Amino acid sequence: MKRKNLPTSRRALLGAALSGGGGFLLSAFLPGLPLLKASQAQDTATGVVFMPNAFIRITPLGAVTLIMRYAEMGQGIYTGISMLLAEELGVKLDQVSVEAAPADPAYVDSVAGEEETGGSSSTRDSWIPLREAGAAARMMLVAAAAQIWGVAESACQARDGRVFHPGSERSLSYGELAEAATHQPVPAKVSLKPASDFTLIGTSPRRLDTKAKTNGSAQFGIDAQIPGMKIGRIMACPVKGGHLTGYNRAAALAVPGVVDVVTLPDAIAVIGEHMWAAMKGMEAAFPQWDYGPNATTSTDDIIARMKKASEQSGVVAVKNGNAQEALKQAHERIDAVYELPFLAHAPLEPINTTLHIRPDGADVWVGTQVPGRARQEVADATGLRPENIAVHNHLIGGGFGRRLDSNSIGQAARFAKQVSYPVKLIWTREEDMTQDQFRPYYYDRISAGLTKDGAISGWHHRTTGSSVTARWYPEGMQKGLDPDAVEGAAQTPYGMPDQLVEFVRDEPDAVTTLWWRGVGPTHNVFVVESMIDELAHQSGQDPLALRKKLAAHQPRALKVLNEVEKQSGWGKALPPGHGMGIALHYSFQTWSATVLEVAVEKNGSIRLVQVHSAVDCGPIVFPDGIVAQIQGGLIFGLTMALYNEITLKDGRVEQTNFHNYRMMRLNEAPDIQVHLVPDPEAEIGGIGEVGTVAAAPALANALFAATGKRLRRIPFAKQLGGEKA
Amino acid sequence: MRFDLKVNNVLREVDVPPDMPVLWVLRDILGLTGTKYGCGVAQCGACTVHLDGQPVRACLLTVAAAAGHDILTIEAIEHTETGAKVQQAWLDEEVIQCGYCQSGQIMAATALLQQIPQPTDADIDEAMAGNICRCGTYVRIRKAIHKAASHEA
Amino acid sequence: MMSLRSLKHVLRGATAVALSFYSGMAFADSAPGAEADTRPELIKRGEYLFRAADCAACHVAPKGGSLTGGRPFVLPFGTIFAVNITPDKQTGIGNYTDSEWLKMLREGVGRGGKHLYPVMPYTAYTLLSDADALAIKAYLFSVKPENVPAPQNKLYFPFNQRWSMIFWNWLNNPNKRFQPDPAQSEQWNRGAYLTEALGHCSQCHTPRTITYGLSSKAYAGAVQVGWRAYNLTSDKQHGLGGWTDEQLTSYLSTGKASGKGAASGPMAEAVEHGLRYMTQADIAAMVTYLRSLPPIAEGPVAQVMSPQADHALSDVARRGQGLFAQACAGCHLSDGRGRQSEWAALAGAHSVSDPAADNLVQVLRSGTALETGQGRVFMPGFSKAYTEEELAAIASYVLAHFGNTQTDIKPSAFKN
Ligand code: FES
Ligand code: FES
Repeated sequence: MKRKNLPTSRRALLGAALSGGGGFLLSAFLPGLPLLKASQAQDTATGVVFMPNAFIRITPLGAVTLIMRYAEMGQGIYTGISMLLAEELGVKLDQVSVEAAPADPAYVDSVAGEEETGGSSSTRDSWIPLREAGAAARMMLVAAAAQIWGVAESACQARDGRVFHPGSERSLSYGELAEAATHQPVPAKVSLKPASDFTLIGTSPRRLDTKAKTNGSAQFGIDAQIPGMKIGRIMACPVKGGHLTGYNRAAALAVPGVVDVVTLPDAIAVIGEHMWAAMKGMEAAFPQWDYGPNATTSTDDIIARMKKASEQSGVVAVKNGNAQEALKQAHERIDAVYELPFLAHAPLEPINTTLHIRPDGADVWVGTQVPGRARQEVADATGLRPENIAVHNHLIGGGFGRRLDSNSIGQAARFAKQVSYPVKLIWTREEDMTQDQFRPYYYDRISAGLTKDGAISGWHHRTTGSSVTARWYPEGMQKGLDPDAVEGAAQTPYGMPDQLVEFVRDEPDAVTTLWWRGVGPTHNVFVVESMIDELAHQSGQDPLALRKKLAAHQPRALKVLNEVEKQSGWGKALPPGHGMGIALHYSFQTWSATVLEVAVEKNGSIRLVQVHSAVDCGPIVFPDGIVAQIQGGLIFGLTMALYNEITLKDGRVEQTNFHNYRMMRLNEAPDIQVHLVPDPEAEIGGIGEVGTVAAAPALANALFAATGKRLRRIPFAKQLGGEKA
Repeated sequence: MRFDLKVNNVLREVDVPPDMPVLWVLRDILGLTGTKYGCGVAQCGACTVHLDGQPVRACLLTVAAAAGHDILTIEAIEHTETGAKVQQAWLDEEVIQCGYCQSGQIMAATALLQQIPQPTDADIDEAMAGNICRCGTYVRIRKAIHKAASHEA
Repeated sequence: MMSLRSLKHVLRGATAVALSFYSGMAFADSAPGAEADTRPELIKRGEYLFRAADCAACHVAPKGGSLTGGRPFVLPFGTIFAVNITPDKQTGIGNYTDSEWLKMLREGVGRGGKHLYPVMPYTAYTLLSDADALAIKAYLFSVKPENVPAPQNKLYFPFNQRWSMIFWNWLNNPNKRFQPDPAQSEQWNRGAYLTEALGHCSQCHTPRTITYGLSSKAYAGAVQVGWRAYNLTSDKQHGLGGWTDEQLTSYLSTGKASGKGAASGPMAEAVEHGLRYMTQADIAAMVTYLRSLPPIAEGPVAQVMSPQADHALSDVARRGQGLFAQACAGCHLSDGRGRQSEWAALAGAHSVSDPAADNLVQVLRSGTALETGQGRVFMPGFSKAYTEEELAAIASYVLAHFGNTQTDIKPSAFKN
């Protein structure tokens, strides 16, 4: 995949964080206010619009529109970002409406280095700049009012969408000031409110996107309806690397409602008046494939090769002291292999793209985490210039990393350019599941030792797997090291004087890999936290107490551990068959400690009883949003840990829909209590992926406590079957 | 073929194949996109609508089987007393994340409360286990149903 | 209610099909490679008979589409693959003369004297009249020839010796044409011919003897390839004695009957490929014949139960209750009435009161599908995502809840 002109900060930043030995260097990368350019007053159909920067628009009629550079996928970011802007702008949340940003360099996320929603970076990267954007706009509105009234700016106050002059009891609304504000210079320096003055930040207002989601009016990408639009169903070769050899065109066209069949070398689309025609048409087309070089590959082949590759040493991510020597000296020692499966994202909204491609330009209606890439994909596919392509971003029915992939948009564009009308191209659930780009399979070898008095004596962690970074963001590679593959392994909360962490890259031919909620930490924290648990049990120590001892130099770690200890009643007597497990981690600049109680029946059935999670993500913008993300993230991670794996047979993905790629259901979901222990002085942390990271290790450790069985391979549910156990 | 469908109390004539699922009739013919496609095999519940007051999966309900019956979708659920309460409880409890499953969740919950105004946790388990929420809003769904029920009196 | 699709076929059948069943008409043999008989009426009648004989169920390629065979039949003595029955000269039936065809269909002896394995129901087809047998041939010769060789059969000794079939044939194949019973009505005789000769219903529904022939307990039910073919005798409890004519008619022509559940597995295929194309008159004739089968009280009892209160559930079944709500109730509804479609109804189905749960196990494990006048109805298999214990729990719950049959199904039933 070719990528041009991407700023290099995303993974470089990660690298800096990894080698920086402690403080993340986020602030060094913050661009200040490069985007803050006062637009000239712009005449539109509705008249003058005050656009102090790329994020705020105020019309003379008083409509305040906030432009969202992040995709709303359920994480509540529309609300969180609006709160940042509104707090400083001086408007109430119910006075604003929000609009998705178009693809435009003005909306680059500086953590990601591009227009991207991912990596739990949105709030982190907006915390300062978007408040500054709001403050600058407010200052211009105040300046305009002061000028009109001939009073000092300092004598004016702004709140609730108005500027007040208490001295004369006069006030003007932002709408009334909009035109005058356009003539004000952009302030060179803005000062932000002290936290003590916040009226919005730190509260839990009603989310801005939810009302429309209760009555069917919310527009997801799949809901796009364009006049003259047709609807198509796509099927790509079920085996990666194969190609289309034939299909029954006449039969497909004979299906009532089918209007077209278009093909690519490796895929076919049947287009109809409606989705049903397209689906029936695809059945009739009965595509034939040459499955290509992966026609006989199975997951077992992939794992066998990975296992072999893991026997050689890899690129060194961290080398402190002498791990081998310390392991030799260790009082207790554990050598283990941990394995994590390929995973599909399975967002509830399947992949879809609506396009209208014309000789001189194109419109694209889609929900994407990367609008800039989406636009580039369409440009590459059609030969159109990017500036002639409009990407209309939509609400996303679940992202989880799936919509960081823009290849599906490129594929859709190559189909759509073959027809003249607008076309909505939908992947069926089966297509979405089998043609996903999967979270890599990881094969981790790990050895760890303890000294006589319970300190870590040697830690050697070698992870083997595909590198998503190398494909998706090659600039982020560091001399063969994929920082993501070792994130959560290279830096742990614990004191490890003798630590060696390596990465062996082994790319499966038959599978394309991609980011998945929690990225590196979801993988590595499972291994690290399971291993710490193993060490605790082997040396007869309480797992929570051992963590406190090993992380004694991390006050925020101790804080979340103490909180979750108290809230969960850690150590209390439990009914037979029950067990509690703990996981501690620091990911996305957030600390969290999670305790999960599980009950295992004699027949092997697993019941999740209760979860407590203590979270410190630095300053808090939207508390209820954080709680919701932790709850949802845990369910997402627990679903994976219990049930999910993607397997291949004869090059094909065996899981096709929710009957064989299982989702946790309401009647299995545990109660989840989230305890916020914020640190207003710390750097702000991400939250969307934190819960997911904690899920598998907390569950594995709880299952060990309940059964004495150490599960080192995900998923767990089938490993505890009554008859087999 | 022509079918007379009664959707949200309005008679709509459609000319479609008899085996076409109501899901696609609603979305692609009638433009009612609140009803969602998630799996097409009755495993996720995203397409739940009411057929004569019963929650059904529109992805497997053929138009031939639905003709002549009352179809109610998310777009009109606010006009039922229970539906409006459920929607309000959903907002009050901030249930929703991405929202893609929530049309189906609200339709399923409304049907439950119409049949059992004061459901127990077991009733909720039984009625709601068929609806997947990939964002994991289950804890809040349960709470919101209890909340809506407490307003039922 | 008749679907439009089947109505269309009924009309076609009624206008174009005149059955010459059990007529002993003489014929002149064709030469190998001779021009096939292409009279359109003949081909049309052949197609109808081809469906009534349910040939496609076995000979359609596993991935769908054409009649090129390849479907495996795993039997106690090995695996047999269905052959290509398109008129391809190399790999199909293109070289059959009329007399070779009749010998094959009725005596199980293929071209060149090769004995067929008795998966091919020639012990039923032996009852076919010459004219009907040759009409089927005419139809098959009208489809597009496709060069697709069948996979090699895999059989254990001595069954891998085709000549051993000679002894089997001698034991089991009477090689006789259908003889009408003058004491019975014309409708009965027609039903008997359709059921015995074409439908070869007894092949599945009659228990097998030790030599894999049919035992004398005609239609008492049997387990074939893991599925139970239920007792079709007129016994009230075990067989069809409790069914109304409407229920039987509906079941045969659509694969479901109100209060009796739906066909699944091989029976669904029989409906899909054969029965649903048959005229109402022919279905009625079959019903008349089936009704006359003497009762044999054997096999699981079919009882119509109202859904049971849940307090009596075993722990296993209770676990199944939660799983049923997740994965099954979306279609079947918690009271088993079915939701999306009448085919999803469970209440009253024979399978939910069979304590051995043969068909429940099969359908949960591998799923089932049926093409109907209202489109394709199907259920996917659930074994990839659910453990054997969980599937057993679901089966136990279904038996208890819908069939009032208290038994805990063993997880091992779901072992592969
Ligand atoms: S789309 Fe109908 S249940 Fe999933
Ligand atoms: S809110 Fe996203 S799937 Fe339920």
